[in-house]
Amino acid sequence: MTAEIDIRNVSKSYGPLKVIENLSLSIPAHEFVVFLGPSGCGKSTLLRMIAGLEGIDDGEILINGERVDPLPPGKRGLAMVFQSYALYPHMTVRQNMAFGLENLATPAPVIAERIAAAARMLEIDHLLDRKPGQLSGGQRQRVAIGRAVVKEPKAFLFDEPLSNLDAALRARTRIEIAQLHQRLRATMIFVTHDQIEAMTLAERIVVMNNRRIEQIGPPMEIYDQPATRFVASFVGTPQMNFFDVRGATGSQIRLDGTLSLSTRVDPIDAGRAAALGIRCEAVRVTGEGQGDADGVIDVLERLGDRALAHVRLPGGQTVIANEIAQTKLRVGDRVGLGFDGAKAHLFDAAGVALPLRSAP
Amino acid sequence: MTARSAPSIKRRRTASANAPDWRNALFVAPYLFFFVTLLVFPLFWGIWLSFHKADIFTNGPFIGLGNYLRLFNDAVFLQSVGNTFYFVLLTVPTLALLGLFLALSLNSNSRLATILRGLFFSSSVLSVTIVTLIWRFVFIPQYGLLSAIYKLFGSEVPSFLTDPNLAMIAIAITTIWWCIGLPMMLFLAALQQIPADIYEAAALDNASRWRTLISITLPSIRRTFVLVVIIQIVMQFQLFGQAWLMTRGGPNNTTRAIVLHIYDLAFRRWDVGMGAAASEVLFVLILAAATIQFLTSRSAGDRS
Repeated sequence: MTAEIDIRNVSKSYGPLKVIENLSLSIPAHEFVVFLGPSGCGKSTLLRMIAGLEGIDDGEILINGERVDPLPPGKRGLAMVFQSYALYPHMTVRQNMAFGLENLATPAPVIAERIAAAARMLEIDHLLDRKPGQLSGGQRQRVAIGRAVVKEPKAFLFDEPLSNLDAALRARTRIEIAQLHQRLRATMIFVTHDQIEAMTLAERIVVMNNRRIEQIGPPMEIYDQPATRFVASFVGTPQMNFFDVRGATGSQIRLDGTLSLSTRVDPIDAGRAAALGIRCEAVRVTGEGQGDADGVIDVLERLGDRALAHVRLPGGQTVIANEIAQTKLRVGDRVGLGFDGAKAHLFDAAGVALPLRSAP
Repeated sequence: MTARSAPSIKRRRTASANAPDWRNALFVAPYLFFFVTLLVFPLFWGIWLSFHKADIFTNGPFIGLGNYLRLFNDAVFLQSVGNTFYFVLLTVPTLALLGLFLALSLNSNSRLATILRGLFFSSSVLSVTIVTLIWRFVFIPQYGLLSAIYKLFGSEVPSFLTDPNLAMIAIAITTIWWCIGLPMMLFLAALQQIPADIYEAAALDNASRWRTLISITLPSIRRTFVLVVIIQIVMQFQLFGQAWLMTRGGPNNTTRAIVLHIYDLAFRRWDVGMGAAASEVLFVLILAAATIQFLTSRSAGDRS
């Protein structure tokens, strides 16, 4: 039932505008893959190309080794959950779920059985005779998922399915989709611009930007070893702090003013370093004069479990540092900042990450 | 702060921006004036007239249902009612189905579709005089367009406008050509309201084109279909211009519509009372037909 999907050298343009450029990607069976990227990066287009809703100009798409790109969407054996749910408004929930199976001439008892099973699993049994207009957003979302589940597809495609839900429901549905994947072990492709969804759901994340794949890898690898400056800045909240590199001596990297960090960068590559990135959890707030640099607290964000201190350095740059929730710091305080250079990332002028020596 | 008590300030409630305000009525007043003087008042005056033996200059004596009794004993009036129903039956379903078909065919952004949409709608802007003039040219025996087409196939064109069996059909064809623009545009507007992702979901659900039309498109524009049929019922019951200009109600009164009869009674025979009574009959017929159509379509929609 589940399938591996191969995308080979696929390109797509709308007139002169290229939306996907020579993209290749292989998704093994059972895997949960998330396409992550800002809007307009081509991630939805890629998903719709797999679904067959968009044609491809070049390359090929294979499901279980069989070429599907010339096939219409209905013949590919996939199911998709849309951002707007796309339920048929004049049909009941039951009819919505049965529609695809009826088109495949599935025997009625089988349809009834699958709908009953899916409805039980998604806890929508009591809604089967209602129409979509009588359901809440979360219920519609479940019906849309149910409509996909009953088809027992080769793969599930999710196109930003959580973005129309409120925060609490989004978190809950996220967990349910993860449970669904564990139960069905089906190949799932999930498109989102929300890095938290990507981090929590994915077995592998495909970070996309500007029509290209920036990095493919498990969530923690994406977080800990970003391959490009784009990935480093897009993944992680708050955003990584970035500095311009002024020079290097061995693995010692000089930044603005007196600030200088000892990093894990290979001295051979250090000369190419153009930017240094460091996450807020690698920056400590210290007493004035006790850290690597001094600054003034501009903003203090209290998140409940921790606080984020936005510290303005004399050069004008703002650095975000992690602080404990019970911090006594106040806006306007002069503080020092301690940087853990071993956790810094270095990028060359093109934004590609420089290789780091493994941590001691 | 001073010790003296400040003069009491009248507290004004802050009105909601949407609160009713008599000044708003000023905006409605111009319309209301014409609505009452040109529609509501004549409606009741017509009812009042229909109970009197009135001519064009004087309101005669009250005669109760006398005008109505005379009407229902008037074979020509009864024939005109039959003719009108026949005409409505010929035109309304055709207009609705043909309009839907055209809308489905032309619901795309291609240049050809855009041009054709404009072309099909363009007949609607013509006046009835022009329309009937064009179609008389089409129907003229021996020299008309139809005649030329029939000749291509080696046959003789029947005389549409003078054959009692064909005259009403000719008028119906003319009317459909004239009126097809509005149903088409209403259906096009409805089709464009259907969200594209529903069609994408249907495509992933392996729905054939026919199944998509029957199960997705048609149910989505059901309300518009009802609207089109009701509008057309109301309009086509009032057939007058085409019949008057093309056949004068002939041959043998076979194209005499109710409005033609009313015109004859009130403005050629000066029997205003009876004309008013015939108008009331037409009013009730239109109301009934539209109501029945509305109620049946609504209950059918609820069941599905």
